[in-house]
Amino acid sequence: MEMKTQTLLKKLSRRNEPYIFLVLLALCLLIEVRSGQFFSSNNLVDIASALIVPGLFAIGAFMVIVSGGIDVSFPALASLSVYATTKYLLDTNYQGGVWVAIVMALAIGAVLGAFNGLFIGYFKLPALIVTLGSSSVFKGIMQGALNSKQLTTIPVGMREWGTSSLFIAKNPVSGLTSRMPVASLAFVIVLALVFLMLRYTMFGRGIYAIGGSEASAHRAGFGVVKTKFIMYIMVGMIASLAGVIRVCMMQQAHPTNMLGMEMNIIAGVVLGGTAITGGRGTLLGCMLGTLLIVIVENSLILLGVPTSWKSVFTGALIIIGTGVSAYQVIRMNSTRKIKAKIQEVV
Amino acid sequence: MMERNTMQPLARFEKLYSNDRHLWRLIFLIIVWMIFIAITRFSRFYSLLNFQTMAAQFPEFGLMSLGVMLCMITGGIDLSVVGIANLTSILMAYLLIQMTNASGMIPAYAIPLVFVLAVGIGAALGIFNGILVSKFHIPPILATMGSGELFTGICLALTKGNAVSKFSRTYARTINNRIFDLIPVQLVIFIVMAILIWFLLSRTVFGTKLYMLGTSATAAKFSGLKTDRLLIKTYMLSGVCAALGGMIMLANYNSARADYGTVYTLQCVLIVVLGGVNPVGGKGKISGVVLAIILLRMLETGLNRFPTISSYYISLIWGGVLILIMVLNYFTENTPRFRKKIAR
Amino acid sequence: MAESLLKAVDIYKSFVGVQALKKVNFEIKPGEIHCLAGENGSGKSTLIKIISGVYSPDDGHMEFDGKSYSKITPIEAIKNGIQVIYQDFSVFPNLTVMENLAFNSELADRRHLVNWKRMREIAEEAVAKIDFKVDLDALVGNLTVAEKQMIAISRALMFNTKLIIMDEPTTALTKKEVRNLFNIILKLKERGIAILFVSHKLNEVFEISENFTILRSGELVATGSTSELDAKKFSYYMTGRDFQQRHFVPVNLSENPIFEARGVGMGGRFTDVSFAVHRGEILGITGLLDSGRTELALSIFGIKPIETGQFLVDGNPVRISSPQVAIGNNIGYVPEDRLSEGLFLSQSIADNIVISEIDRLVKSAGILDKKKRSAEIDKWVNELAIATPDPNNACQTLSGGNQQRIVLAKWLACNLDVLVLNGPTVGVDIGSKHDIHGILQQLAKEGLGLIIISDDLPEVLENCSRVLVMKAGRIVADMNAGETDEKTILSYML
Repeated sequence: MEMKTQTLLKKLSRRNEPYIFLVLLALCLLIEVRSGQFFSSNNLVDIASALIVPGLFAIGAFMVIVSGGIDVSFPALASLSVYATTKYLLDTNYQGGVWVAIVMALAIGAVLGAFNGLFIGYFKLPALIVTLGSSSVFKGIMQGALNSKQLTTIPVGMREWGTSSLFIAKNPVSGLTSRMPVASLAFVIVLALVFLMLRYTMFGRGIYAIGGSEASAHRAGFGVVKTKFIMYIMVGMIASLAGVIRVCMMQQAHPTNMLGMEMNIIAGVVLGGTAITGGRGTLLGCMLGTLLIVIVENSLILLGVPTSWKSVFTGALIIIGTGVSAYQVIRMNSTRKIKAKIQEVV
Repeated sequence: MMERNTMQPLARFEKLYSNDRHLWRLIFLIIVWMIFIAITRFSRFYSLLNFQTMAAQFPEFGLMSLGVMLCMITGGIDLSVVGIANLTSILMAYLLIQMTNASGMIPAYAIPLVFVLAVGIGAALGIFNGILVSKFHIPPILATMGSGELFTGICLALTKGNAVSKFSRTYARTINNRIFDLIPVQLVIFIVMAILIWFLLSRTVFGTKLYMLGTSATAAKFSGLKTDRLLIKTYMLSGVCAALGGMIMLANYNSARADYGTVYTLQCVLIVVLGGVNPVGGKGKISGVVLAIILLRMLETGLNRFPTISSYYISLIWGGVLILIMVLNYFTENTPRFRKKIAR
Repeated sequence: MAESLLKAVDIYKSFVGVQALKKVNFEIKPGEIHCLAGENGSGKSTLIKIISGVYSPDDGHMEFDGKSYSKITPIEAIKNGIQVIYQDFSVFPNLTVMENLAFNSELADRRHLVNWKRMREIAEEAVAKIDFKVDLDALVGNLTVAEKQMIAISRALMFNTKLIIMDEPTTALTKKEVRNLFNIILKLKERGIAILFVSHKLNEVFEISENFTILRSGELVATGSTSELDAKKFSYYMTGRDFQQRHFVPVNLSENPIFEARGVGMGGRFTDVSFAVHRGEILGITGLLDSGRTELALSIFGIKPIETGQFLVDGNPVRISSPQVAIGNNIGYVPEDRLSEGLFLSQSIADNIVISEIDRLVKSAGILDKKKRSAEIDKWVNELAIATPDPNNACQTLSGGNQQRIVLAKWLACNLDVLVLNGPTVGVDIGSKHDIHGILQQLAKEGLGLIIISDDLPEVLENCSRVLVMKAGRIVADMNAGETDEKTILSYML
């Protein structure tokens, strides 16, 4: 029994999730001690609803990084598909529910994702270059062809969905209230589906396999090109969903304010232990990493740190976090050497 | 070697072409675009003033691209160039405010002084990146993403997000001057740096070592190269380029702010890749990057001469050109290699 | 005689004008262990790819189990029981042993969902076939090379396999692991599974295979029973040339050693190692893969600095803490893995030659002297007879033998006193190997001190004047090469 817990502990110590969880916990406790506000129900709900959009983006970015690629186009992709959808629905004076908006955005997202997938999968071009290029193309279509401006009103269905809530948390001390948006359900569903897909389908295992070794995956019989193609379509759809949710929650469509999010999202995914070289990482770690970034961005104010310091903390977090995991790799190699030594002596 | 000397002119040209296919493609694109503009908007594009304006605009991101190029040759990347540029320009703006007297003038030594200091700050921030990459073994994309965020964060913390201006106009006026009433000072700074880097890459030992390091870090170690120091020097140079870019931004906007030029981060990477630098490392020429910068500027300015076309189309064209060139490379360069592979 | 399992008849194959295979015939019977040998470019990989269905032949046909095919697809090949184990084993380092084992059959069954219980059963069944003990939940990236190979073999056995093709299977294995692999191959043979072994290592061909086939320039030059083959015939078939062995006899040995190790040790990989090398001498250090020989070589070059003892260069103690210090003391190192450690493959031959001495090819303050540079390049291209039309071509355009000459040129250009060579002819054609040995012997005569680290015993015996044998990190024997033989050395090694 003791042996079992020991090996379990050993296994855990080799993974990233426990560390990031401890860091997260320490940060939360620190904020709680300093402000007494962190674990209040409304703050927790605020953080949960702030996690929805970055969380969805992170799921997509996570899949791409695990497959050995990288995607910097998802903010532009999401902006384009949601802007096109909103604009079209406004122009046709659509009065129905939010579903049409979601389906339409997902469809556009799938097409744009296929664009990435075509060049990365079929032409085997480096993902960084393709997504850099496509993000520029998407921006160009949005701002040039659609002549995008800020839309201060959005269709009624989207507006209603954005303001409807699952429940409302009220802080008994301050009396502040926070809504848990219905959109959080969409996030939970996508998270669950992607988790199941990565764990229980050959397609999902194929993403890991390709990230581990593309040549081996091909020889084992995985359809490498097809898997990548479909994966980028999925990522496009997830990003578009995030875009719709963001517009609904903000009650306006701003063409450019999602742009530039890619760096922090990728940082969160990598902080959660996903190897930037592909093949390794868990969805749990990815979510913990993203949550850490979200809390730093939203809750520093509770620590009495002015919001203008937020980037200093995120930057330091990325450097320290990646530095620690780089150090872990070095240490793991040296413990392996020590083990070899012991074996030799025995 | 016999073959090399007796080569026919045509064959020599063919070799020249196939060696630098990418370069010729960029030149071809520039010429096509210039002809197109000449036919449609000759008078509004082909004026001295227009060329002078373009030459004053591109050095800010051009300089940053040169730094990114150096890092990419070693197999890395520098995503912190904009952070370095802004941090430098903000610090120098504060210094200029200090030196500005009541009548809005600055002493004569002020401008050389801020440039020397800017180079120093850029070098220091670059060394910080280099240490993260070489000594701590953090993947360059993550290290510089983090440090870029950190530098931007320091900018925000210093300025609370506001623009820093109210320093003597003399600075902006000096940098916006034209030498002999012809050549913009910004262009001169860019050319000086470009020549310096060209010289480093093609005429010095450092350049050869850089390409070798980018090709294989392991082989570099086994050949006795001081890989850590090479990397630190590279990121330092990139930091210097970025800092100079920041100083030009300071002049062009006559102010400094934490969020100036944020689009430049990815734009620089795009330019460098378009210029034919291999993101895996070991390959790339400064001529390609300079051509990519020029192409980009000409496309953008040329497009502005068509008032009916939204200027935002530029990013569409630009992403399209990048992907187009990569696909062309895929077809022309992968096919023979593929054939060779089969023959083995 | 039993019916043949696979017969390839009059196979022709060409690629864009290059005739890769000319009228090649090949036959293998059930339970036969057959070795396919040939130099680089002889067409052996093309033949394997035709058998496994990756390529289709231009002419000729194949018979499998009595059925005739003019060509075959990879899936048909697998259905006919043909499995190929590539040199990299086609494993996923980031996934568990279980997944590595189960993926192929799950994909072959066209399953879309993962049933972890079934995957475990498949994996357990697979490892049981060759009694391979391994933690199914371990990550494959953490396993040894031999264990990865076992995974590839057990995976190959899951498909009613009749023929396993192994591409250079012993390259990175220790002697013990090779023994283990051979035992498994013999067990498979008992079960009637044929093994096609691709190798150019002479001793393996003799030890394990019953029959052999040797290709040269796309043509079959010899096939038959291994018992009728000897070393001389083997190298003649491989190269078409006859070689005179030239045993190295040192001349002009310097009085004092140029390089000396006194009781050096490093992290338990080797301890208390002492030896001395004189100018004009070639010292051989041999031992099994895990004997510490490679670590010793890396320590001499400063990649893994020693922790105890000291090195002396020309009688003066030096602390070799990095490759730069080693080079500063005129010590060079030709690494084991030429492709990743020795060469910048995509860079020019010229730059590869001058990279280590480049700091000396300057006019002033780091500015390259192009004249000096090209003089150096021309000198070494000529001196080592590197076969290239233009030194500005990329290094990867050359053959293995020529690439090794570039690595040699790189170090010779540095005006060395001591050159350490780790496996100097691994993966080099027999012809080039012969030439490289000639170069090394010439260098010793010119006054260089050489240390050859190799487990290729004929190579050590032919070229070295003295042989040290390492075992478990210690030197266990120190002999004159002229007074010993392979058998004696082996008895010390094991």
